[in-house]
Amino acid sequence: MVGYVGRRLLQSLGVLLGVSVIVFGLLHLTGDPTRLLLPLEAREEDVRQLRALLGLDDPLWVQYGRFLARAVRGDFGLSFKHQVPALALIFQTLPATLQLTAAGLGLALVVAVPAGILSALKRNSLLDALCSVGVLLGQAMPVYWLGLLLIMVFAVGLGWFPAAGRDGWTSIVLPATALGAFSMARIARMARSGMLEVLAQDYVRTARAAGIRTFVVTYKYALKNAAIPLVTIIGLEFGILLGGAVITETIFAWPGVGRLAVDAIFSRDYPLVQAIVAVLATLFVVINLVIDLVYTYLDPRIVYVRSAR
Amino acid sequence: MSVTATMLPVVARPRRRVSFRAAFGLGALLLIGGSAVLAPQLAPWDPARQMLTKRLRPPMWQAHGLREHPLGTDHLGRDILSRILHGGRISLGVGLTAVTLSALIGVTLGLLAGFFGGRADALIMRIVDVFLAIPYILLAMGVVFALGPSLLNVILVMGATRWVQFARIVRADVLSIREREFVAGARARGNRPLRLLLRHVLPNALTPIIVVATLELAFMIIYESALSFLGLGVQPPTPTWGWMLADGRNYVATAWWLATFPGLAIMLTVLAVNLLGDWLRDTLDPRLKV
Repeated sequence: MVGYVGRRLLQSLGVLLGVSVIVFGLLHLTGDPTRLLLPLEAREEDVRQLRALLGLDDPLWVQYGRFLARAVRGDFGLSFKHQVPALALIFQTLPATLQLTAAGLGLALVVAVPAGILSALKRNSLLDALCSVGVLLGQAMPVYWLGLLLIMVFAVGLGWFPAAGRDGWTSIVLPATALGAFSMARIARMARSGMLEVLAQDYVRTARAAGIRTFVVTYKYALKNAAIPLVTIIGLEFGILLGGAVITETIFAWPGVGRLAVDAIFSRDYPLVQAIVAVLATLFVVINLVIDLVYTYLDPRIVYVRSAR
Repeated sequence: MSVTATMLPVVARPRRRVSFRAAFGLGALLLIGGSAVLAPQLAPWDPARQMLTKRLRPPMWQAHGLREHPLGTDHLGRDILSRILHGGRISLGVGLTAVTLSALIGVTLGLLAGFFGGRADALIMRIVDVFLAIPYILLAMGVVFALGPSLLNVILVMGATRWVQFARIVRADVLSIREREFVAGARARGNRPLRLLLRHVLPNALTPIIVVATLELAFMIIYESALSFLGLGVQPPTPTWGWMLADGRNYVATAWWLATFPGLAIMLTVLAVNLLGDWLRDTLDPRLKV
């Protein structure tokens, strides 16, 4: 177990190292960033001076080393646009994004898990049919379109919720619904098939044959085992939601990291883009590490299967 | 009745019935694909033609709608139906090329990782983890914006950010295929590794690749229109569904049809591809249930 945790930790560090290479590469994609920093009429001499100052004349690996050494300390430099440390800007906006993502995921789980389980228990019923139509539509609706539809119907048409901004609890309802819909569909589908699989297992039949009440068998035995695969996809789902938040925040003018990122990309604010990508990737890696460890706790067989490879 | 027939164990033949869902998916996809290919012939108007006197006309069944513009016109007086038909060319074309590209990258890396194992495997799988950790939409936006949003760049970036799914599934499959006897046999006959991979291992890993490719196509269509929606897709005047949605966004309060119809087109296409993909998975490879 300790060996597994250690290996898993080391692995996560390796992934973060890889992320840092890509993040570093982002800045150099356009070639020379000095031109972006200086006004158009800057003299050739000024450009050269700034290049030397920023260390852009050094070999690439030296520059990468310097970047990594600073990034580890959370220093991604100043945002070109806002002229404050990039990380500070992220920490200002991250709570809004986490709130939205958590609300989206929470909504998805609250609706999808019961819906999936009920469809499995009442297979081929009307409820099952309705759920599967919902799943198909949910998986086919792009978040930006669903967002626009929600605004048209519930903000413009009915006036129940605000169309944009982050002001009071009503303002999170529409963006969280738009963001959570896709995950809702996927989780409902997984919960249904997982439950069906568990219900077909021998131990469920044995428990039933032994005269244990159906209620206890379904909700105590089957549900517990069906929940295990759900735990892992929640980690991956979180990553998908963080990506989806970029678009959702743009549509609903939600003041989170996603909107900050879109804004940074369009204003060529590279230090800020780099910092956002790095922070979101780190968040994803940490959450999945935690979930993996929880998973091995729930189902100890995993460690042996994985270390066998 | 012959003797052999009675001695055979009774095994239910797997049912290969084409379900209603699959038929619907295939039918819808053929319809959408066909109308995209034939868009220049089918579209009643030039999709880029602006008719400012007929701006923001609603669909024809509403008051002030015009019969020559069945789905209405946009803020520049362009015919929405014609734009949707032409937009399908971009969505499906970009989607298909991007899936092909990401399949090429992912399958190659998956084959190498699964077949050679060891360090190659460890390295490739860590690269996979890195790509999983980075929000691909941000990476794509950053790269497309830096390189300039052209058709080619959009396809390259989409292909280069989504190969991970292929790599994972192919690797897992190859891990078991390489242990099979026919591979050992082929190796014993003196086949070189490359030939072994391409002639013996790859053909046996094809089924999941086809299934993943279908489901990824649905994803790519959404991905392309998302980039378009954010202004980083194929540039105007080429009509794309994502751009139409972005235009419609400014008129959600006054002209609902601008954002509704292109979104409907995306949803129908994705739905059709998904239905087809589900059916392929269930018939070809039930293990892949996600």
